[in-house]
Amino acid sequence: MCLAIPGRIKSIEASNEGSMRMGKVDIGGIVKEVNLQLVLEAAVNDYVLIHVGVAISIVDEAEAERSLAFLEQMNELDEFYNSQSGGESSGEEEEINKKIKEIISKMNS
Amino acid sequence: MKYLTEYRDPVLAGQYLEEIKKAVSRPWTIMEICGGQTHSLVKYGLLQMLPKEITMVHGPGCPVCVTPTHLIDRAIYLAKESNVILCSFGDMLRVPGSEKSLLQAKAEGADVRILYSPLEAVKLAQENPEKEVVFFAVGFETTAPANALSVIQAYRLKLKNYSIIASHVLVPPAMEALLGDPETVVQAFLAAGHVCTIMGNSEYYPIVEKYKVPIVVTGFEPIDLLQGILMVVRQLEKGEYKMENQYARVVREDGNLSAQQAITEIFEISNRMWRGMDIIPHSGLEVKEKYMAYDATKKFNVPVKETKENESCIAGAIMKGLKKPLDCSNFGTDCKPSHPLGAPMVSSEGSCATYYHFYSAAKEAEELQ
Repeated sequence: MCLAIPGRIKSIEASNEGSMRMGKVDIGGIVKEVNLQLVLEAAVNDYVLIHVGVAISIVDEAEAERSLAFLEQMNELDEFYNSQSGGESSGEEEEINKKIKEIISKMNS
Repeated sequence: MKYLTEYRDPVLAGQYLEEIKKAVSRPWTIMEICGGQTHSLVKYGLLQMLPKEITMVHGPGCPVCVTPTHLIDRAIYLAKESNVILCSFGDMLRVPGSEKSLLQAKAEGADVRILYSPLEAVKLAQENPEKEVVFFAVGFETTAPANALSVIQAYRLKLKNYSIIASHVLVPPAMEALLGDPETVVQAFLAAGHVCTIMGNSEYYPIVEKYKVPIVVTGFEPIDLLQGILMVVRQLEKGEYKMENQYARVVREDGNLSAQQAITEIFEISNRMWRGMDIIPHSGLEVKEKYMAYDATKKFNVPVKETKENESCIAGAIMKGLKKPLDCSNFGTDCKPSHPLGAPMVSSEGSCATYYHFYSAAKEAEELQ
């Protein structure tokens, strides 16, 4: 019921006063008329998520890639924590925190 | 297809399964809220592949399944009126009311039509000014904006012959109802990604704090689900409880504000009966008084009788995560998708129907678990 699928906007119709914002969206090779009223900032070539004929979100490409790289970054962070758990001298603490921040910011940027 | 294929990569899925195995040290029970997630977990065989310590229980996130019988009876009553075209999403048609389903009413001559979008129903109303077009507006937060847009559209077009039967349910109050149940076995949630696409994440922080339960907003593809499970397991193992967002490629922290505006323009929050469960406070949406002319339950005088559920159906216990479909003695015998006793055997996202369609895989999973 809550099924939604991604598609790429091919064209956006100029909306008349009172009418909804509509566009043509390529969904896996099939082009469908989709209501774009809820994604007013979406532009041609953006990928949108479509549910019952209405686009409900713009797919964030950077987030999509980050999610695919999640495992790698998680392990990098884990390995780093583990490698530091062997009682390093406190003088290096600052550097450790810096490195952790770096990895976290890579995950969050 | 971009944004689908890469989240079905079997090699990456294998790596996630390895990570989950490494992370798990003891048994955990995790509930996926949404029926779409249940469908993917079973369809892709993920239940069998997860380590035996992890038990996935399937939540109430199938709006068709929780639509109360009396609303189906109302829809059937209206469908039988000679000047009414009753439109619905396909899933709703075979769900049994107290006497019959919409599909049976259609077979008896009622004008019942399956539509993909509520906006098509508005078009139908425009094209058939002599008819009353009624849309059976079922859904969670995900579908509410589209149904709201249909009313907004009809209002702008000054259509007098369009109305909806609103059967909207809201996820967070149901999660609270589950967690407040002393029998609950749920230790963590995969929240429903598309519900959060609309509403954002803010409603879940108080639940995390109050019940000390990890919640990870999760998508629907195999990699999404495995990533969500891994994130939840890592929290559980560390004794943490946090709100995290696995599905950030479509779920923004604040959700979709235009969609939320459309909802609040048309609907207001009400108490709501969940089929198989109970009345859950503040868990439904009703059409506001301003748009009363578009509320089919107010527009037409529909006599409603008290109805009762089939007593041999254990849908309620299944949707609370207390039982699995295979625990039911009617499963696959007296209750099948072709003649369902309860709603979860009907919708493709009902957990009974999902288990039925992928029966052998599901059975193996149960045995392993």
